[in-house]
Amino acid sequence: MAIGHSNSRKSKATQSQRHHRLQSWFSQHVDCFFSSFQQLLRTPLASLMTIAVLGIALALPASLYLLLENVQQVSQDWDSTAQISLFLKPKVSSDQAKTLADTLYQRQEIKSIRLISQDEALNEYKTLSGFSDALKVMENNPLPTVLVIQPTEGISPDANQALYNSVSKLPEVETAQFDMRWLNRLYAMMEIAKRGILVLAGLFASGVLLIIGNTIRLTIYNRREEIEVVKLLGATDVFIRRPFLYSGFWYGCLGGIMAWLVVNLSFWWLQAPVRQLATLYHSQFELIMLDIFASMVLFIGGALLGIVGALLAVGKHLKEIQPH
Amino acid sequence: MITFTEVTKRYPSGYEALKKVNFHVKRGEMVFLTGHSGAGKTTLLRLISMIERQTGGQIVVNGQTLSRITNPQIPYLRRNVGMIFQEHRLLFDRTVFDNVALPLVISGFRPPEIQRRVRAALDKVGLLTKERSYPITLSGGQQQRVGIARAVVNKPPILLADEPTGNLDPALSKEIMKLFIEFNQVGVTVLIASHALSLIKSLGYRTLVLQQGELIGDTYPST
Repeated sequence: MAIGHSNSRKSKATQSQRHHRLQSWFSQHVDCFFSSFQQLLRTPLASLMTIAVLGIALALPASLYLLLENVQQVSQDWDSTAQISLFLKPKVSSDQAKTLADTLYQRQEIKSIRLISQDEALNEYKTLSGFSDALKVMENNPLPTVLVIQPTEGISPDANQALYNSVSKLPEVETAQFDMRWLNRLYAMMEIAKRGILVLAGLFASGVLLIIGNTIRLTIYNRREEIEVVKLLGATDVFIRRPFLYSGFWYGCLGGIMAWLVVNLSFWWLQAPVRQLATLYHSQFELIMLDIFASMVLFIGGALLGIVGALLAVGKHLKEIQPH
Repeated sequence: MITFTEVTKRYPSGYEALKKVNFHVKRGEMVFLTGHSGAGKTTLLRLISMIERQTGGQIVVNGQTLSRITNPQIPYLRRNVGMIFQEHRLLFDRTVFDNVALPLVISGFRPPEIQRRVRAALDKVGLLTKERSYPITLSGGQQQRVGIARAVVNKPPILLADEPTGNLDPALSKEIMKLFIEFNQVGVTVLIASHALSLIKSLGYRTLVLQQGELIGDTYPST
C-alpha cells in the first residue's frame, strides 16, 4: 500500500516534469520563431535584399510554370476545334456538296459536319477580314465551298489520320486540311518546355539553397562571440542551431511570398492586353493566376529550401566555432 | 568535488602545459590557483570545464569522470560549473538582465522563474538597479559583477574564475573576492586562478601553486 502510494507520487512527479519540459521546449520554439524574425528586422535593408534575390530566383521558374499553364489552357480550347476542312473543287455545285456531306455524316468516326457554302464563306470573310471593299471589286466569288468535319471525340490520332487520308482522296475534294497536326506539334513542344522548366526549377532551387546557406553562414560568423559564450554556459548544439534554422525558414518563406507577389503582379499587369488580344480572336480567354495549391507550393517550398539551406550552413560552420 | 590524478596536457605541437598534476578539492572548499603567466592555470581550468580534454591522467568533477563524458554530454556538465572570465565575455547587444538570464534560458526555465532568479542574482552582486542597462555603460568592476551574477544564477555547485580581478584596482578586486567568499559560505566550491599574490595571502585560503605545468605548492593558511 505504502509502496503503491509512493510509486504513484513518483510517476506524477515525472509526469509533471515531462509536462514542464515539453512546455519550455514549446515556448523556446515560439520565442525563436519571433526573435529570429526580429533579427531580420534589425538589418532591414540587408534582409530585404536577400529576400528580393530569393524572390527573383523563385519567381523565374514559377512564372514559367504559370506561362505554360496558360498556354495549356488556350490549347485546350483548340483541342475541341481539331477538325478537318475539306475545300471542294469549284465545279462542285452546292447540291452535290450537300449530298457529299450527308454521305460522310454516315461514317462513325465523324461526329458532325458543317457545310459552308460559297456565299456564307464570303460573308464570313467580309466581316472578319476587313477586306469587304476589295471583295466588292471582284466579279466572281473566289471562295470554295467548305466542309468542316469534326471527328468523333476520343478516337486515336491514327484513326484521325486514316480519316484524313480517306476524305482527302474523294474526287470532289480539292484540298483537305488537318488542323490537328500543328496542335500535336505544339503539345510535343510543351512537353519539352515542361521538362525544361523542371530543370530550371531545380537549378534555381539549388541557387536558393546556396544563397540562404551563405547568408546563414555570415550570420553565424557575425554572432561568433555569442555562440562561444552560450556554448560555455552549457548550451546544446540543438539550442544553438535553432535560431539559425528559423532564420532560414523566414528567408525562404518571405522569398516565396516575394516571388508570389512578383509573379502575380506581372501576370495581373499582362491581364488587360491579353484580354484585348483574346477579344480580337473572339475568345473568352482569361489569364490564369497562381491558384491556392501553386501558391502553397511556393511558400512551403521556399520555407523548406530555407530550412535545408540553413541546416547545411549550420552543420558545417557551427562545429568550427569552439570556445577558447 | 574536483580530483586531478596524474593529469597531463600535451598539445599536438609537443608543448606540455600540465605535467602529472595531482590534487583534490573538497566539496564546499575555496581554493586559489597561482603561478606566473604560462604556468598552466588557465589550462587547468579549461580541463575542468571541458573546453579542452586532458591527454593523460584522470579528472573527476562532481562525481563524474571527465574522460568518459562524450561531446554531446559536455553542455550538461557545464551547467554545473559556473565560469567567470577576466574579460567578462558579456554579450554587448543585450541588457544586463538578458545577459544574466542566459544560462536559465539555455536550461529551459520559464519566464517567471527566470525573472525571480535573475533579480536575486543581481541583488546579490549589488546591481539590481542596472538590470535594464547595457553592459557597455557599466564600469569594469560592474561588468565583472554581471559576469559573476551570470555564473551563479543557475546555482551551480562549482565556480571557476580565471583572473577575475585582472583588470581591476586593489579596492575593487577585494570587493569581488568578498563576493566569492560569500558564495563559498553558502556551500559553493570555488576555484580561482589569480596572480594577485598579496591579495590571496591576505584572504587566507588554501593555495595551489603551478610552475611550468607542475604543481609545486599546495599551502593551507597557517591558522
